[in-house]
Order: sequence, then structure tokens, then C-alpha cells
Amino acid sequence: MAQFKGTERYVATRELEVAVNAAVALERPLLIKGEPGTGKTVLAQEIAKALGYPLIEWHIKSTTKAQQGLYEYDAVSRLRDGQLGDPRVHDIANYIVRGKLWEAFEADHPVVLLIDEIDKADIEFPNDLLLELDRMEFYVYELRRNVKARHRPVVIITSNNEKELPDAFLRRCFFHYIRFPDRETMEKIVQTHFPNIRQDLLREALTVFFDVRNVNELKKKPATSELLDWLKLLTIEDMPPEALRSQDAKTAIPPLYGALLKNEQDVHLFERLAFLTRRKV
Amino acid sequence: MFAPFIIALRAAGVPASITEYLALLRALKAGVAGFDIEDFYHLSRAALVKDERHLDRFDRVFGEIFKGLESPPGTAETTVEIPAEWLRKMAEKLLTEEERAQIEALGGFDKLMETLRQRLAEQKGRHQGGSKWIGTSGTSPFGAYGYNPEGVRIGQEESRNRRAAKVWDKRVYKDLDEDEALSSRNMKVALRRLRRFARTGAATELDVPGTIGATARNGGSLDLHMVPERRNAVKVLLLMDIGGSMDDHIRICQELFSAARGEFKHLEFYYFHNCPYERLWRENRRRKETEKSTQEVLRTYGPDWRLVLVGDATMGPYEISQPGGSVEHWNEESGVVWMGRLTRHFRRAAWLNPVDQQHWRYTHSIGMMQGLMENRMHPLTLAGLESMARELAK
Repeated sequence: MAQFKGTERYVATRELEVAVNAAVALERPLLIKGEPGTGKTVLAQEIAKALGYPLIEWHIKSTTKAQQGLYEYDAVSRLRDGQLGDPRVHDIANYIVRGKLWEAFEADHPVVLLIDEIDKADIEFPNDLLLELDRMEFYVYELRRNVKARHRPVVIITSNNEKELPDAFLRRCFFHYIRFPDRETMEKIVQTHFPNIRQDLLREALTVFFDVRNVNELKKKPATSELLDWLKLLTIEDMPPEALRSQDAKTAIPPLYGALLKNEQDVHLFERLAFLTRRKV
Repeated sequence: MFAPFIIALRAAGVPASITEYLALLRALKAGVAGFDIEDFYHLSRAALVKDERHLDRFDRVFGEIFKGLESPPGTAETTVEIPAEWLRKMAEKLLTEEERAQIEALGGFDKLMETLRQRLAEQKGRHQGGSKWIGTSGTSPFGAYGYNPEGVRIGQEESRNRRAAKVWDKRVYKDLDEDEALSSRNMKVALRRLRRFARTGAATELDVPGTIGATARNGGSLDLHMVPERRNAVKVLLLMDIGGSMDDHIRICQELFSAARGEFKHLEFYYFHNCPYERLWRENRRRKETEKSTQEVLRTYGPDWRLVLVGDATMGPYEISQPGGSVEHWNEESGVVWMGRLTRHFRRAAWLNPVDQQHWRYTHSIGMMQGLMENRMHPLTLAGLESMARELAK
């Protein structure tokens, strides 16, 4: 069995590797939680790459129903075809639209199925998928046939914790909480994304970044993806490291802060802090 | 095999079940983890814990159960911040004469704490024995009493020495184990109970029964009918207490306000101070310009609006009961009269109180307000919001 290891583009901690491998070996869904921007969605892509399986992504929205992941019966187009006398109308199978789960179950080789942001959906959504994810099969009433997974897909589920997930659902999953990376891991992560970044710039930028995160009153703390965006901007602007050095996050707003602070209250808070420190000096 | 572990976990409040235990055993059998205590830790955590709020409890139990599997771990660390006084007492009790003399030499207790902080900052990793570094079984006065100052981040600064401090001893998930904070997001979920759907606006959805009926009448040729989308038609009038004792609750009121604004299409809000009288206002900063008489508000919003008052109801009793009792102006009619008008006009009304429900009975005015609201006062918690929404939805 293929093992998941961090790749050159994705730094995985040992705990993450163990959790992923356990989920793959026992063919159970893996539930990933963590702060926004810590790479939950990217993880599924990397697992797919590492295992060499294709990835099927199912992005959940507030209006998504569990049934849509299985299949949908398009009654309206059948009705229309009936009006027009189309011969297709006699076979109901022509009007069954397959969902992502069906796609994943009937694939010729094992796939990775990503159910992204499951907490966005209605509160009953996870319950509606219990049996399907447990037995990896479901019944199509219109066709009177059972769809069973040929190969149990590797199911990765991400959640931002906007809603509590039901216990019965959690029992069937492995769980991993992506902790915010420490400085050293963060350095590794940045190296994988910007292999040619100037070391002095990286050092200064990380100092500023962790300082910003240490300000407690922030409404939205910047996360990995924000740091990567910011570094990209810094390299594009060719910002000298000195521009960052003088700036203790508590004394001034970091340059190009728009990438780090996403909320006008936070920017305002920083301006006020900067003002206060300047007055003290 | 690990039954005591599971039982200890359950006792500590981690809801691990048989299914999860079996999954763990199966994963071990499948050889996912390798023969390494750390791998086992990661694996059992992934299998048994399903909520990041329980991770810290898990770490604690794991540390207890598997104590002594690797290097002997020494005293179990409690990370409760110990008040300095206790520590001083403990030090007096436990330290030998010689050690106490050493402390004096270091410049007294406060100096000692200072040095402790410095040393913690210098020290790399867990330490045992020796006479300078902080650790267990040493003669250094530091560290043996289970004191773990939060300010010095031992765990985070030195990932180089992962082996030295065991992963679960670091208890990095401590911050996540709190009673869930009331955020505007879960408030929204609670307020969702207060929904009355109605179809208004442009017709954008297929009306299936209408289409079938019309098609049948049409002799079988398709006749599509559309209906407007269902929307939440509940109308909410929010009156918020502002200033004075409400300053402690500003944050939670902010969250409530943004949640309510996101959830209800028809939301109107006004401010009052302590108790509603004859005037309400829209913006606290431009109070004079945005004032409106309460009578006008009563006329503007019909009885089908739901009235939600938010306030701590903490004031002098005369502010409610007496004409002229208001702390800000001379009110011709007492708060009782105005509250009566409001509750008579709005049949569905509720009061949300950010004060902890346990303390309600100690404040006389809260009891009075509770009476005026006919016991429809709810605490500003998730459960309170839900019971309020249920009542208003009736």
C-alpha cells in the first residue's frame, strides 16, 4: 500500500502522516479541521498526488443536499422530452445525473474524494451521508439498483468548525486537527513554495508575521496562505529586508499589510497601536 | 489491550466509543503506526479524538497512562497558573534551609521569579538532574513544583529538541479546550430557529404542483409555472441598552447584532439607556439627531414585529418604577408604563440579558424587569438564544 509522506510542495508533520495513513489503511474518512488558511484543501490534492490516485472534489455550499452527491433525477427534462416525443424518454436512466459520490464509487481505480467544507451545508447533511460513507454503497430508487464502490475511495473531509458535526458521523472518521505551524515548520513550508527566496528577507518577514499573530485582539489572525501571499508580494515589489526590520509589528503597520490583515477593524487596531507607540517615543 | 486507556479517556470526558477503539486496534494491526510511542500517540489521537476541544484532555490522559514508557517523566505538570502566594508558601514549606539561603542570595522571591523566567528562556528542552537548569529531581529551586509560566513559550521556541520534551507533555492544544465562545456564527445558527418562511418578490423557482396542475389542464402540453423564492419573513425590532453597565458586554452585543443583521431581512434597531422611556435613538454618537419618540416607533412597527430587548437590566429600582427616575433626563412617565406599552403592543417580545443567569437574583431591578416581561427574560447564551427563538417563533 502506498504511504503518504510530505512532498516537496507540501510539508506534512509526522502526526498528519500517521492520521492519513491510518485513514487510507482502514478505508475510513479522514476529517481535517484547522484554522482557515492552514492548507486543509491542499492536503487532499497532495494525498492524491502522493498515492497516485485521481482527485474528485465535491465543494459543499449552504444549499448542497446529500442527495446531490449521489445522483439527481432530472424530471423536468424527461417531461420535456416526453412532450417532444424523444425516444430517450423510455429509459429513465437517461435522466439520472450522477453525483460526485457515484463517480468516485464507480471509478475503475481507487480515487481520492474530497468533501470540502462540510460544515457549510445544512446541519443534517452529514447524517444523510452516514450509511453511504460507512458501507460505500447506496440504492438508486429510480433504477432499482444498488451502486457499490468498486474500490473504496480515500475520503477526505474538511471542516471550518462553523457547525458541530453529529457524533454518529464523527465515530466513523479519523480526525486530525492542523495546528498552526511553528516557526521552523513555517520556514520549511515557505521554502517549498519559494525555493529562491532571500534568506534575510524570509527571516525578517517571519518575525513580522509571528509578531502580527501575537497581537491578541485581532479578529482574523493571518494564516499560512496569507503569509505566502504576502511573501509573493514582497518578492514582486523587491522589498529590501531593512524595510521590515525597523518595523516591530507593535510599532508600525507592516508594508503591504493588505495581504495579512483582512478586516478594517484589524487595520485600524494596528494604526492605533502604531500611534500610541509613537507618542511614547 | 488498551481498555484502561479508553476508560480513563472516557472518565476525563473524551467521548471515545467501542467503534473508535476497534478502529484503533485494527489500525495497529495494519501496521500504520510503526513501533514507536510517538506514532502510537498520533494514531490513537486520530482514532479516538474527534474534536479539537478534547485534544488537551487526551494529552493529559495519555501522559498519565503511558507514563514511564520512555524516559521517566518526573512530576506530572499541572499547567494551571499558580498564584505567586501559593508558590511562595510552597517554597517555604518544601525548601531546605540551605536552599532558602540560596534564594535569599539570589535576591528574594521576586528576583527568583525573574531568574526563573530568564532561565526558562535560555534553557533548551526538558531537563533532569543538574543544579542549574530547570527540570525535575535537581537541586535548582526551579521547576520541581509544577509551575509553568505561560509567558515563556518553552514548547514553541525549540522545536529542534522535540525528543527532549515529549509531544503530549507540551500540551499545545490547551488553548482549544475552553467552553465554546459565543461567536456571531453560532448565534446565527441559534437564531435560525426564528424563521417564518414566506414567498415574496420575483418568481424565480419552478412551482412543481402548479406546473403539474396547469399542464394537466392544458391537455398534457407543458405549461411551466414559477413562484418566488422562500425567504425569512420574520420582522425583528431590536432595542439595545447602551452605555453605563453595558460597557462590559459590548463585544457580545456586537456579535449578536451582526448575527441578527445577517439572519433577518427585516431588522430595525434602536438604543435606549437602562430602561426604555419616551425616546429611543438610532446612533449613539448622534443621539440628538437620530432620536425618535417611542410612541412613533410603536406606531411605525405593527404587532407582527417581534420585539427583542437586549440589556443587563441592572439599575436602580426607581429607574423603572418612578416617574423622573431616569438617570439622564426627567421622564414624565415611569419605565413601568413604557414597558407596559411595549409589551402590550408587541405580543411576541423577549429580553436578552448578558449577565450570567446565576447572578440575576442578586440584582433587584433584574427581578422587576423579569416581572414586567412576564418571565420572558433569557440569558445571552446559545441556550438562551435558542429558547428565545423558540418562544418568539410561536
